[in-house]
Amino acid sequence: MNKRITLSALAVTSILALSACGGGGDPMSGGGNDSGSSGSEIIVGSADFTESQLIGSIYSQALQAKGVPVKEQFNIGSREVYIQALKDSSIDLVPEYSGALLSYLDPKSTAAEPDAVSSELKGKLPSGISMLTPSPAEDKDVVAVTKATADKYKLKTISDLAPVAGELVLGGPPEWKTREQGVVGLKDVYGLNFKEFVSLDAGGTLTMTALTNGQIQAGDLFSTDPGLVSNDLVALEDDKNLFAAENVVPLIKSAKQSDVVTKTLNDVSAKLTTDDLISMNAEAAKGTNLSDIAKKWLAGAGLGGQ
Amino acid sequence: MNFVGWLTDPTNWAGSGGIPAQIGYHLLYSAIALLAALAIGVPLGIVIGYTGRGEALVAGFANALRALPTLGLLVLLFLVISPVVPGKLVYVLPTIVVLVLLAVPPILTGTYSGIQTADPDAVGAARGMGFTKRQILLRVQLPCALPLMISGVRSSTLQIVSTATIAAYLGLQGLGRFILDGRAQANFAEMAGGAILVAVLAIVLEFSFAWLGRIIVSPGLRRVAAKSTSPLATAVPEPVAT
Repeated sequence: MNKRITLSALAVTSILALSACGGGGDPMSGGGNDSGSSGSEIIVGSADFTESQLIGSIYSQALQAKGVPVKEQFNIGSREVYIQALKDSSIDLVPEYSGALLSYLDPKSTAAEPDAVSSELKGKLPSGISMLTPSPAEDKDVVAVTKATADKYKLKTISDLAPVAGELVLGGPPEWKTREQGVVGLKDVYGLNFKEFVSLDAGGTLTMTALTNGQIQAGDLFSTDPGLVSNDLVALEDDKNLFAAENVVPLIKSAKQSDVVTKTLNDVSAKLTTDDLISMNAEAAKGTNLSDIAKKWLAGAGLGGQ
Repeated sequence: MNFVGWLTDPTNWAGSGGIPAQIGYHLLYSAIALLAALAIGVPLGIVIGYTGRGEALVAGFANALRALPTLGLLVLLFLVISPVVPGKLVYVLPTIVVLVLLAVPPILTGTYSGIQTADPDAVGAARGMGFTKRQILLRVQLPCALPLMISGVRSSTLQIVSTATIAAYLGLQGLGRFILDGRAQANFAEMAGGAILVAVLAIVLEFSFAWLGRIIVSPGLRRVAAKSTSPLATAVPEPVAT
């Protein structure tokens, strides 16, 4: 009974928060500053795509389960916007991806291997902002092939492509053509010379469709794409660490860190896996409410409410 | 952003992805789309213009198709035909189809309104001389319709050439490659260079059509069209170019 009351209270609060966003236009303008670092509650933000909101929701509910007061401010925008929001204390906590954040903070960085990315990232963070322990869960670029192709050529890793790349057409976003973490690196690091490269999109519908229908035999997809499972695709292991690690990592205002907060979020990170993200993204694609998905995961991980 | 530097860099003019090659691809896609649009638009336009029927239905339908967002249609077609069409054709077919959809209406309108507004005196005189209906159509109405038809083709061509950049969206070649790749790689000189090349290409084609019009339209008609009081010049609205 108690739980139900808390829940409905939560629902009301989030509706209020949402309508406040709708009415106020830019959710970042006005009001944000006052309720920022000064208050005791933690404002959880997220980027403007599903997975980020999902992880934000998990953070938020995990903290609530430990009695930490939380306010949700999801769907903020791109990295440029929410990092700024974090700096000016409009939000206090946001889920990030280690590699992407590092290349945002330092475009010249070439770190790719998970530990290297994390340690380099620690030194590059703006003052007043800390990162907690990165999760093993990753949303990174993968070179994917169909199960049939993988079986035919016995492919497990990207290195395995070397003898057969000349027979395969690779698909990916246009920037891959000249990017080190793309066609160039695949050639320099792995020695792969594909028969052809077709510019499509970054892990989107075009690449997925062309891959499943055989117009391309290898494609750039994201490791948490539910289509990897539902379309029976194989993400080849990046055995030479060409593509930067993209571990999910909580980014928090240093002033808001406490033992409880740190421990709770680190527990979440420790339990979260890439496979979890795939299945939760699949749930979300079916239209299931994100906070319900988050709650189910927390319960399964033993991090939910009492 | 130095697009002059990009345009004058010799390395950009060489090789399979160089500027001449991409102009070639761009013109190839455009020519295929234009020929297909002519094959559809001209016969249909003749039927409508000759019988005076179906204008509202056919022309309305063609114009409605034209209003579909090109990029959305391109992706939709790709997703639909991808399971059944093998190989490269899966990228080419949607590209040509969306270009043809854009190009048919101006050609269609030019043709039927050209035929409908052929000088009634000339048509009457031909009939009086004993021309059959077929002869009137082929030897009087169609030549009279040429200026408007050419203007329709011209407007279609410009539309096709400027829109053929979307071929790059489905991984094809053409000048769109520079625009799309430039954006993806944050190389704005390349992006601007590509856009300028498209504009130049469109202008060159525009001039060629003006020249073509002078060559193939009967001198008698041109004199008529030049006069400001001519029904051809005043009563007939130009096909709407977008």
